[in-house]
Formats: sequence, structure tokens, C-alpha cells
Amino acid sequence: MRPVYVGGVGIHAFGRFADKTVTALGCEAVRAALADAGIGRGGFQAAFCGTVYSGVAAGHKVLTALGLSGVPIVNVEAGCASGGAALALGAAQVASGRYDAVLVFGMEKMPRGIIRSSFFEPWREEAGLAATPAYFALRAQRLMLESDVTVEDLARVSEKNHRHGVHNPHAMYRKAMTAAEILASPVVCDPLRLLMLCSPNEGAAAVVLTAAPSRVRVAAAALRSHRAGSVLGEHTPMSGLAEDGVPAPTEMAARDAYEEAGIGPDDVDVVELQDTDSGREILSAEELGLCSRGGGGRWVRDGGGEMGTRRPVNPSGGLLSKGEPLGASALGQVVELTWQLRDAAGPRQVPGARVALAHTVGRGANACVVVLAR
Amino acid sequence: MPDTRPIVDGLFTDGPDGPRLLAAHCTACGKPHFPRGPVCPYCGEASCVDAPVGPDARLCLYTAVLTRPPGYRGDVPYGFGVVELAGGLRVIARLTESRLERLRPGLPLRLVVEPLFTDDDGRAVLSYAFRPEAG
Repeated sequence: MRPVYVGGVGIHAFGRFADKTVTALGCEAVRAALADAGIGRGGFQAAFCGTVYSGVAAGHKVLTALGLSGVPIVNVEAGCASGGAALALGAAQVASGRYDAVLVFGMEKMPRGIIRSSFFEPWREEAGLAATPAYFALRAQRLMLESDVTVEDLARVSEKNHRHGVHNPHAMYRKAMTAAEILASPVVCDPLRLLMLCSPNEGAAAVVLTAAPSRVRVAAAALRSHRAGSVLGEHTPMSGLAEDGVPAPTEMAARDAYEEAGIGPDDVDVVELQDTDSGREILSAEELGLCSRGGGGRWVRDGGGEMGTRRPVNPSGGLLSKGEPLGASALGQVVELTWQLRDAAGPRQVPGARVALAHTVGRGANACVVVLAR
Repeated sequence: MPDTRPIVDGLFTDGPDGPRLLAAHCTACGKPHFPRGPVCPYCGEASCVDAPVGPDARLCLYTAVLTRPPGYRGDVPYGFGVVELAGGLRVIARLTESRLERLRPGLPLRLVVEPLFTDDDGRAVLSYAFRPEAG
């Protein structure tokens, strides 16, 4: 296997864009990435497109519109980890020597409100079991019952990410808010308040992967699905015996990624991780080994993940600030981290960052961990 | 009763002894699961037998759903939680109680089968839920 590098990155801001189709969003991100990589037609030999809600041959429509079709194009769906899955597949093609350059992109136009997902059979929807935020709430409650995480800690996470997001021109929400304001926002599903949950939205991101050396290398791209044994995960429709010893998909993907990259969590300088809700950020931090298991509350209270600390988490503002366009979110993280490793992140720059980690987890369950290094 | 129907077949029964969830037990690895699948989701063996469970349970985790989620046809608010039944089987379920001050971890619950909504043919659609034990 040979090294894989990030040749170029591009993004379409995350938000709501009533006058643009999902194809148009994808086109903008792809054109930006190709321009950044300095390539055009003939500059890549395959394309992988992460998306969930875009329908038939969505990636084909983008490349057709840009006059770039003809290469193999594969649309990849892996829930919230779709973009990460597309990147993992693309990186493997370059690493193996099959292709010298691969285009990876992701895009989404999410429906408004609570996400309607064909993941749930009709009877589960009718029975009220498709209440996605309620699952997040139960997981946050478990975190609070099993450790010293408090609802104030949940508010602190959202406060931090919104503070970071102020400096991100590609984020949907760029307003700092206090923990008190977050706690005072309407309860969606206790203990989660409205301002502790990310908004499903729209956006696109693209990455060119190449065998030609560049400043940023893909040190690992690991994808995992869940194992049976946990009744409360992103794979929730299966109910069974809860076994605390069964590792979460994020833990498995992180283990694979750290091994592939030859590093541990202490070697990472900057992280973009899945913060669908505030509780998920704490759980993600624990599962990625950024703090101890059960130590997430203390990690938050000690300023864990803040800009200016040893290892900032979600300098982009996270999904809480950016919103979550499923197919694009993981690649949006990779775009942000590529800028970080190029010292090009402007006011969000983590000084001297050399190793970066991107993490997504969602329906399936799927978890993806990508490690970038300079 | 001809004017009622289960929300879907194969989830629960409601006989003289009270309701039961139609769970399965794997004779190869010993683990339970619900609803019953084609094989054991833990070990993949096709060696599962019916193992109805209920009506006693206890509450593990809970919240209240205040806004009608996609496709839901019952009333809001409603309780939503993880409950544990005999043999360690844990299921995601609707709770009849949505007032959080009346819920706590470990609370004894009872499985109930009750009408959730009326379908387009005018039939009462039965589903399962868990209700706090009286007292």
C-alpha cells in the first residue's frame, strides 16, 4: 500500500439554501476542490459520493452537470458517516495503486424538522418509536446516570462549540451563547434542550485524494458498524441484552484508525467529532480516548476541547454550529482539518497542528474515524 | 374483537395471564432478542425458540416526547424509554406516563396492550407500552 495525500478540498457552506438544488450544492464543492487541487477533467479516475437523502444516481448528476462523467461513480450511504465511508473507499483505491487520483464528495438537502428515516419500519413510526431526539436524550441520560455528567455540562459543550463557530464563515449559526441561555432554551426531550441539538440542514464538501505527495497525508481512514449487544445505539431497532463489554462502533473505528496511523489519542493535536447533541460530544470524546471512560464530565469542566488547550475539539464549531447535512458532514470535517494542517484556518487556527482526527457516527450504526497528518 | 387489530403481527399477545412480548431466546448462545428475527442477531445461529416475556419490567432510562415524531399516530406527550424484562431483555418502548417526576430508574412497570390510534378503516390499533405499577 502506498501513502495517500489530500490534493485539494472544497466546501459549500452548511445552512439552508432554498434556491439551490442538491446537485448545485455538490457542483460548487466539487469545483472548489478541483480548483484547489489544480486538476480538471481527466485529473481523477474515480469518484465516490456520500449522500443519504439525494435519491437515485445523485453523484452522477453532479459530475454530469460539470462535464466530468465517464469515470466510475459510486454513491455511498452510511448514515451520518456517509462522507467518511466515501473517503475510506476512495483512499483505499489510491493506496492500492488502482487509481492515482480519486474525487470524494458529499452533499445533502435535509428535510426540515425531526428527520424522517426509512430506517424505521412503518409500524415503528406509527408506534412513536421513530423519535430520533428521544434516543439521543436516553443516551445522554445514561451518561448522566453512569458518570458525573450534569445538564450544565451538556450546556457547556454547546456553549464551547457555538463560541468556536462564530469564526466559521461556512457555519449555519455564528452566534455565541451562554450556558444559561442554552439551559433556558425549550426542552426537546429531557435532558436535551433545543440549543443542545444540531440542526439537520444542507451543504456539500469535496476532497481530492492523490498518490502525489502534498502537505497533508491521509494517515488512516477506518469504518466500522456496530456489534450486537447494546440496546441503545444508533442501531436502536434491535432490542436485546445490554452488554456493557461490547465496544461501541466509534471505539472500534478509533482503535483501527490509531493502529493504522501508528499513533494514540495523545498524539492528536486537533479533533472534529460528531456532536449531534451535546451528550454525543462527551460520549465521542470518551470513545475516541480523548478523556477517560466516565471522565467526560470532568473533561468538559476542565475546559476540554476549548481553543487554546492542548487538543481543541470542533474548532469549526462542530455540527452544533454548522448543522448536519448527513452526506457532507464528515467531509466538511476533513476540509476543516486540512486547512488546520496547512496553517490556513484563519481565526480558527490551532497553532502548530500536525495530526488531526475526524469522527462521525450515526445510523446503521456506522462510525468512521479519519486521521490526517502533515 | 373484530374492531381492533395489532399495530403489526408477531410483536405481542394479550391473553388471560396478561400481555406478553413475543421475544426469542437463542439456544446456542443463550441470549434473548425482540422482535424475533430470522436468526440470532448475536451469534447468527438459526436456533432461536419463542420466549414470550412480561408483563413485569423495570425502568432503565426515560424521557418525554413532546412533539409528534414522523409517522406517529398516537397522542403527545408520551413517555419513551428503555425497560428491562425478565432474563435481562431490554427493549425500547413507549411509556404511558410522560410526567418525568413520576418516573425514576428502577421503577417497576407493567406491560400493557392498549389502543394507540384509530386506523383509516375505523379500527382501533393496539400497541404495547409500559405503565408504572400502581402505588
